[in-house]
Amino acid sequence: MEQKKITSLDDLRKIRENSKDLSSARSGGGTTVIVGMGTCGIAAGAREILNEVMSELARRNLDDIAVQTTGCIGMCQDEPLLDVIRSGQRVTYGRVKPEDVPTIIAEHVVNGRVVEKLAIGRAD
Amino acid sequence: MTIFRSHVLICGGTGCTSSGAAEVIGSFKQELARRKLDGEVLVVPTGCHGMCEMGPIVVVYPEGTFYCKVTANDVPEIVEEHIYKGRPVQRLMYEGSGDMPALPHYKDIPFYGKQHRIALANCGYINPENIDEYIARGGYEALGKAITSMTPAQVIDEVKTSGLRGRGGGGFPTGLKWSFCAAAGGEKKYVICNADEGDPGAFMDRSILEGDPHSVIEGMMLGAYAMGADEGYIYCRAEYPLAIERLKQAITAAEGYGLLGDSIMNSSFSFHLHIKEGAGAFVCGEETALMGSIEGRRGMPRPRPPFPANSGLWGYPTNINNVETWANVPQIISNGGEWYASMGTEKSKGTKVFALTGKVKHTGLVEVPMGITLREIVFDIGGGILNDKKFKAVQIGGPSGGCLTEEHLDTPVSYESLTALGAIMGSGGLVVMDEDNCMVDVAKFFLEFTQKESCGKCVPCREGTKHMLLLLEKITEGKGTMEDLDTLEELAHMVRDMSLCGLGQTAPNPVLTTLRYFREEYIAHIRDKRCPAGACTALLRYTILQDVCKKCGICAKNCPVHCIPGDRNSGYRIETDKCIRCGTCFEKCPFGAIEKK
Ligand SMILES: Cc1cc2nc3c(=O)[nH]c(=O)nc-3n(C[C@H](O)[C@H](O)[C@H](O)COP(=O)(O)O)c2cc1C
Ligand code: SF4
Ligand code: SF4
Ligand code: FES
Ligand code: FES
Repeated sequence: MEQKKITSLDDLRKIRENSKDLSSARSGGGTTVIVGMGTCGIAAGAREILNEVMSELARRNLDDIAVQTTGCIGMCQDEPLLDVIRSGQRVTYGRVKPEDVPTIIAEHVVNGRVVEKLAIGRAD
Repeated sequence: MTIFRSHVLICGGTGCTSSGAAEVIGSFKQELARRKLDGEVLVVPTGCHGMCEMGPIVVVYPEGTFYCKVTANDVPEIVEEHIYKGRPVQRLMYEGSGDMPALPHYKDIPFYGKQHRIALANCGYINPENIDEYIARGGYEALGKAITSMTPAQVIDEVKTSGLRGRGGGGFPTGLKWSFCAAAGGEKKYVICNADEGDPGAFMDRSILEGDPHSVIEGMMLGAYAMGADEGYIYCRAEYPLAIERLKQAITAAEGYGLLGDSIMNSSFSFHLHIKEGAGAFVCGEETALMGSIEGRRGMPRPRPPFPANSGLWGYPTNINNVETWANVPQIISNGGEWYASMGTEKSKGTKVFALTGKVKHTGLVEVPMGITLREIVFDIGGGILNDKKFKAVQIGGPSGGCLTEEHLDTPVSYESLTALGAIMGSGGLVVMDEDNCMVDVAKFFLEFTQKESCGKCVPCREGTKHMLLLLEKITEGKGTMEDLDTLEELAHMVRDMSLCGLGQTAPNPVLTTLRYFREEYIAHIRDKRCPAGACTALLRYTILQDVCKKCGICAKNCPVHCIPGDRNSGYRIETDKCIRCGTCFEKCPFGAIEKK
């Protein structure tokens, strides 16, 4: 393949845009999604939730979202748990199913509307 | 596009590589693949974080958890616990104190707390072998901005406004130097990057080249554009193989994108860059010697004028700057000279990278704003003196720097303040000394270095330093006279004032500053035949403190020259005239009954 040349500032900015994910995970991202990966979380299917989060972000090309995992937070009966931290507010979603993930991402992560029927906790 | 939820940054600098970083990188790749996490976790080798003694360093994002002294064996635990289950591994975190036993993040670690990273901004943060990471952080934007929307004169003005001064030691205003070269006539001009870094113990330039080579390349290109040069050389010592490797890769990558070469970004600006490996003599870092070495001549300084700006490499106008100087330029053009000038003191702007070594708790590379005090560097960043001993002095500026004392600790660091005290900023070596360091011995140590490195061209430097060294040796052996002190001072002034190049002109600094601030230590060696720090072996006396001695005889058994006669009843005594001062008895005595003075 013939290597692409940078012949203008626009070309440079395109590469910068395309490489954004190379540094965005390191900048902490604007919004954070946290999946509970404690023992019971994993037993309840947290790994599938995490996979679904990653593929949904890739589908939507959302590269400035920080995705973290966390250990047991003492709400095992509601696992799998997924938290979204957006604009300083932390919302916990419980008993999340893989098919809920696209909704949470579209509604809350992208548009900032909390998905009330799945939300089980809130902290500012 | 693949999105990686986590990035594992592993330091691949010279320090961490020597403590096993390559195995750690291999182990991460293997373990992530085994656990099928390699599609969501990216492994990124980076440059130096400046904390090499705690290496290999691993930083896990998005949390930004900072792990120290990681071995390949620790990797499965980090992957399982932190990356998979979200439970950071406490035992590998940086050790704090009090109610903060483990410090998980950069910002919590005191070593980084007062640092301000501009030249080192990308070091340890990006993969230096991937040009796209540099571009993702805004790299080559400054070049694009300059070529498309600034005149060469505007670039120079911006650098002048920034107040940036040469980081290679001289501290000459960079913008002003550029304007001389820009004003020189002729079709052909060169820019050179001085990466000779001859100071023993210094490694800031190496770290920048290893950790962020593109920042130096972009800085040189901005300079070339501003001065009308179309060709450049990076003169790097051959002892820096990793830096040279990364530079070569970076140049190839930039050429691949057409960022180096002809008609850059479709403009009339062309630039070609070469690497020249140097043999590594200290004097080759002097600019005229360096150019001689590139031309294939012997690296020997020549008188100036003519200055390189008018007649440099092969007689063409040339501008030469240090690695760190060049690395600051892209950010000055991107963020504006005013931004840079907002940091620092009135005449010393921006930041400076120091290599902090010696008797401090935390050694390493630190980038701090000008105007910070030595106390902040030594105690807040360096964590104070090792083993809670007493601070004695800091030697600043490399082998030709000076020794400053306790009373100077609150001096704000700037070119002017250091020169006024008899020291220099130099390239940024900072060696901390404690009560066990003998200042006469320290002066001798540094002078030995410069004396050996003198190219021998001028008599004052070649012969003067040799005589000074003889006098210092005489004093440390207890054979000095008070007149020797005067001779030493006279010689020092002569060498300083009559040498051709900076080496000779600054070589007496360690002697002059110790004579000025620690004269009583010289006098103790001469008059009392005593080394107060207990460092000069020739003046040491080992004696057995009879009231503490338990008459066990261990010292007598261990003395290699059998100079401790005695028996279990009458006790033991060291025969001073036969003693070779090896210190064995001192170390072996189980009761601390032997005094060393
Ligand atoms: C003996 C001697 C050794 C030097 N070694 C270096 C060196 O290793 N690196 C460096 O950048 N400058 C060194 N210099 C300073 C250079 O001569 C020159 O001033 C400098 O590269 C200019 O760049 P700057 O204005 O960016 O500092 C040395 C000077 C002398 C006299
Ligand atoms: S001052 Fe010393 S190193 Fe410099 S040219 Fe003279 S002899 Fe050589
Ligand atoms: S080793 Fe110490 S205690 Fe034993 S005889 Fe020698 S000085 Fe005395
Ligand atoms: S080489 Fe890794 S911290 Fe310096
Ligand atoms: S010979 Fe006397 S101390 Fe070792």
